[in-house]
Amino acid sequence: MTVTRFNAQITCLALLMALSLAGCATTGRNTPAEVPAMHSISEFRDQNFAEVSDPWERFNRNMYRFNYYFDKFVFLPVVNSYEFVTPTFVQERISGIYNNLAEVKNLTNSLFQLKATESVTTLGRFVTNSTLGLGGMFDPATRFGLERHEEDFGKTLGYWGADSGPYLVLPIFGPSSVRDTGGLVVDTGITYGIYAGIDPFAHTGNSLAISSGISTLEAVDARHQQSFRYYESGYPFEYYMVRFIYHEKREIESVKPLTAD
Amino acid sequence: MKHLKLLLIVCLILLPLPSLAAEDGYGYPIPGSYEATILGTPAKLMPEFPANMRTRQLELDVIPDREKPPIFFYDQGLRCTFAYQEKKAPLIFLIAGAGSSDRAPKLLTMMKAFYQAGFHVITLPSPSHANFIISASRSRVPGNLTEDAEDLYRAMEVAWNEVKGDIEVSSFHLCGYSLGGTQAAFVAKLDEEKRVFNFQKVLMINPSVSLYGSVTRIEDMLKQIPGGSNKQGIFFNRMLSKFSQFYRYGNFVAINDDFLYSIYTEGLFSHEETGGLIGLTYRINLAGMIFASDVMTNSGYVVPKNRVLSPTDSVFNYFLVSTHLSFIEYFNEYFYPYFQKNRPGLTKQAFVDSLSLKSIEGYLKSSPKFGVMTNENDFILSKDELEYLRQLFGERAKIYPRGGHLGNLEYKDNLAYMVNFFKLQGGTP
Repeated sequence: MTVTRFNAQITCLALLMALSLAGCATTGRNTPAEVPAMHSISEFRDQNFAEVSDPWERFNRNMYRFNYYFDKFVFLPVVNSYEFVTPTFVQERISGIYNNLAEVKNLTNSLFQLKATESVTTLGRFVTNSTLGLGGMFDPATRFGLERHEEDFGKTLGYWGADSGPYLVLPIFGPSSVRDTGGLVVDTGITYGIYAGIDPFAHTGNSLAISSGISTLEAVDARHQQSFRYYESGYPFEYYMVRFIYHEKREIESVKPLTAD
Repeated sequence: MKHLKLLLIVCLILLPLPSLAAEDGYGYPIPGSYEATILGTPAKLMPEFPANMRTRQLELDVIPDREKPPIFFYDQGLRCTFAYQEKKAPLIFLIAGAGSSDRAPKLLTMMKAFYQAGFHVITLPSPSHANFIISASRSRVPGNLTEDAEDLYRAMEVAWNEVKGDIEVSSFHLCGYSLGGTQAAFVAKLDEEKRVFNFQKVLMINPSVSLYGSVTRIEDMLKQIPGGSNKQGIFFNRMLSKFSQFYRYGNFVAINDDFLYSIYTEGLFSHEETGGLIGLTYRINLAGMIFASDVMTNSGYVVPKNRVLSPTDSVFNYFLVSTHLSFIEYFNEYFYPYFQKNRPGLTKQAFVDSLSLKSIEGYLKSSPKFGVMTNENDFILSKDELEYLRQLFGERAKIYPRGGHLGNLEYKDNLAYMVNFFKLQGGTP
């Protein structure tokens, strides 16, 4: 997996496009004077809820909107064509292969968190699915009772007590936090390091082209597996719901359990 | 998100419950009314659906030249989902429940069931959903059943014009759940005058009899929390910390079906708390409606009058304010005054009465096209109202012993009943 190279490219591109979009300031128009609303926040004596630290909200909302346009004009058309030309059976096998490769990331991070049982399970899954499951195309491990444990370096940091930091919406990758963005960089680095060490396509002479293709397919598959669509709910406060659910799910899942494992 | 709204909605993910075949011959397993409402139908008790369907997303220009404020930049028209057969078939319009979009999970399940049975289907968002308010409501003030029916009817006509070149239709039917069920009755009545569709059969699923009555009953569930509904933030945060503590103590892999299932089996939340969570979810929904309507009418209800919000402005305070307003406040301070302005003689009681199936009961009784499905323990109905439905529809009322509000809608028996309702007599004319 050469996520890094590909991701770095699209990230730069995305940032450039997003920043140029963000730069379009709205010009002031002559509007009638404002009149205070009948109800305002000052009249309620209650705790705030569904609140997440978000000092860069304007930037994040811009990025959220950018992702919507990127999906609409670039990403989803590609994903839709992929779904159109590829039989469902093949799509599932492709997802299986990439999900199996991601077990490497799950394994390293289980180890970083010193979770013995989980590491053995994840290793067992990877070995089983890579062999019996034909490189991950099938998932016999789940049938053998080996449950998948999603881990990443953001969770590892959370496990060891690092605070999530402010909420951050990344271009293309979507909802994240300062901690999880750091985690993403580390995971990508590790994966790239492993890849560079093995360099499976070195002998072909077309290593770069092949790995770019693999990375592109990976991105398409990842979007294909993710059913979320920006603004699809039509709910005016969708941004806050996404922010809250992302943050809370990460908080709850990354924290140390209170009982002995 | 996958249709996110709150952590609670995460709970709406279907759970692998053991099937408990009950003595009354009805296999839906969850006895509690609130629990059923939150948990819905366990995945393995739902029917299997085809993996691929011929569907298309419609974005309809229902009100040409409608001006949309910048904050709703993403709203490109009324969104409907269209599933179509390649042969001549009847077409069913489906109306979503309060605050739901055309792609609400329950609505899509119904669409799949009807599609599988050979119908064309068009799903519509609820008139109380922001998308409808922005793109299809003439008054931009939702809740008046008669006006909502006119808006819905116009939307259906536009949708039909959009697709009629591509499909062959033998007859039209109408179906809706919750608020959408009640609205279906009013749309059917309008159809008797307009005669564009000549609906053959109309099915109301878990409808409310009196809109005001149902909403009051849900508001009451929120009043039971400590400190009442004005302390919902404290309540929410307390429930959330219970939820995360429970996760920390258990040996869970992730927030997934197993985890949510154990919340239910371990009874993490009391009956009152579960009711409070339903009330809160409803308020969060309602907040979207209040905010969207206020921005569209520039009424200065929660957003200062004349303020133009940009797509990147923070609206979190409006979220907090809107969620703290009850339907009763919306009704008294915004909704009723709006209609009273145009009809000065309108008393509050007369207005409340008009928002009820009782206001058109003569028509409902006389027309054989109607059917109703609901549950004994649906909390949006009082005992009297349930009895009223029984009386009004007689044999045409199917009342299940449990399921809460919409909890059993995706259960296979229920879906089979819906399909049969439209198949028998109602098929090709």
